Amino acid sequence: MVTILKKFFLLITLLLSACMHVFHSESVYESLGGRHKIAEIVDKFIVEIESDPVIFEYFKDSDVERFRSKLTEHICFHTGGPCEYTGDTMERVHDGMNMTEADFNRGVDLLINAMYSANIPHRIQNKVLAIFVPMRQQMIYRP
Amino acid sequence: MITKPRILLWPGVLKVIIMLCLWAANLVIAGQGKLLETAGLTQIEGSGGGGIVPWATISGYDSRDETSLSAFNSLVFLDDYRLHSFGASVGLFDRLEVSFARQNLNLSASGDQIQQNIYGAKIRLYGDLIYTLLPQISIGMQHKRLEDGAIASSVGAKNNNSGTDFYIAATKVHLGAVGGYNLVWNLVGRATKANQLGLLGFGGGKNNDYQMVFESSVGVLLSRHFAVGYEFRQKPNNLVGVKEDDWHDFFITYIPNKRFNITLAWTQLGDIAGAKNQNGFYLSATGYLW
Repeated sequence: MVTILKKFFLLITLLLSACMHVFHSESVYESLGGRHKIAEIVDKFIVEIESDPVIFEYFKDSDVERFRSKLTEHICFHTGGPCEYTGDTMERVHDGMNMTEADFNRGVDLLINAMYSANIPHRIQNKVLAIFVPMRQQMIYRP
Repeated sequence: MITKPRILLWPGVLKVIIMLCLWAANLVIAGQGKLLETAGLTQIEGSGGGGIVPWATISGYDSRDETSLSAFNSLVFLDDYRLHSFGASVGLFDRLEVSFARQNLNLSASGDQIQQNIYGAKIRLYGDLIYTLLPQISIGMQHKRLEDGAIASSVGAKNNNSGTDFYIAATKVHLGAVGGYNLVWNLVGRATKANQLGLLGFGGGKNNDYQMVFESSVGVLLSRHFAVGYEFRQKPNNLVGVKEDDWHDFFITYIPNKRFNITLAWTQLGDIAGAKNQNGFYLSATGYLW
């Protein structure tokens, strides 16, 4: 009986510490390295877009500085950072672009390249992408 | 004398086929629209999948505005057999897949061969591997025609000619789910009468009806270019004289780009046509032509 109780307590302790670990796990914002690192990713992303003829076509009339500041805010906010997003909704931003599924994925590839250039580890890259996955619906095929 | 002129015709026919392919490739955008790794591989019966299990994915890198053509070549080296499987698959608009595979099973001891052709089709019904909350779901079929039914008859198959498998597959990628690594899982329900993929015919003395079998793959994408995983394929056991076992494999895949991937696996295929505990290696490559 005592051994069973001991085992039970051990199990509870393990479970509790596991839970504590989950609650204390850092946000993706923190894993990325904060606002300064996000700004670096966005800078590299802009360079990637500028050197890709297909994706650049979507952005050729965009205000680069606005794009830079709003995207930085957007990533900061959605990864759990202390920012407010003051830009337009994803639908609004992508209205009229009529971006295809293939070009969207091409854009994702550019973002991945940008994260590599900013030395973001593969595992953190995946967590960032996971956050933005549900937003694809608001971005593609918007005439 | 009749076959000779036909052989001479081949280069001409090939030229026309290549011209048609190039024309088609220009007509519709070549398939590069999926993310790297998300086209999957080609399984042993020619369908887009893992190694021994079909997936809900459409075979090439085509997005919903694109088409794709891929070709594969797979070898399984077992204690008493060697299975060679090769073929091609067309993906249309990430919706429909049409595939052909030819399988050639060599019996090391006797030098005998069993050959069959597999015609496959798959339709994506719902979802996207990555972007929808629920998994991507597809249904498919594999129609198998044995070249020579002699061996199938000799082991007691009720049908030594042809059979058709029907399956439903659900596949999902969870980004960053395993300590930051991407997780892929796949579940398949297959209605089949095939003995050892159909190489030993269809149905038998123990059972001659369609049977529902369960298949599954689970993998972790270690980087943008490497994946490792495990697959399981439940098998029917229709024949009276020879036992058929469930299949297992552990795989590692290298995907350098959207043009090519190669997979090496350790396979445990159990008893096959009376030969015990067939373990071995599986080597498979898929090339994406457009």
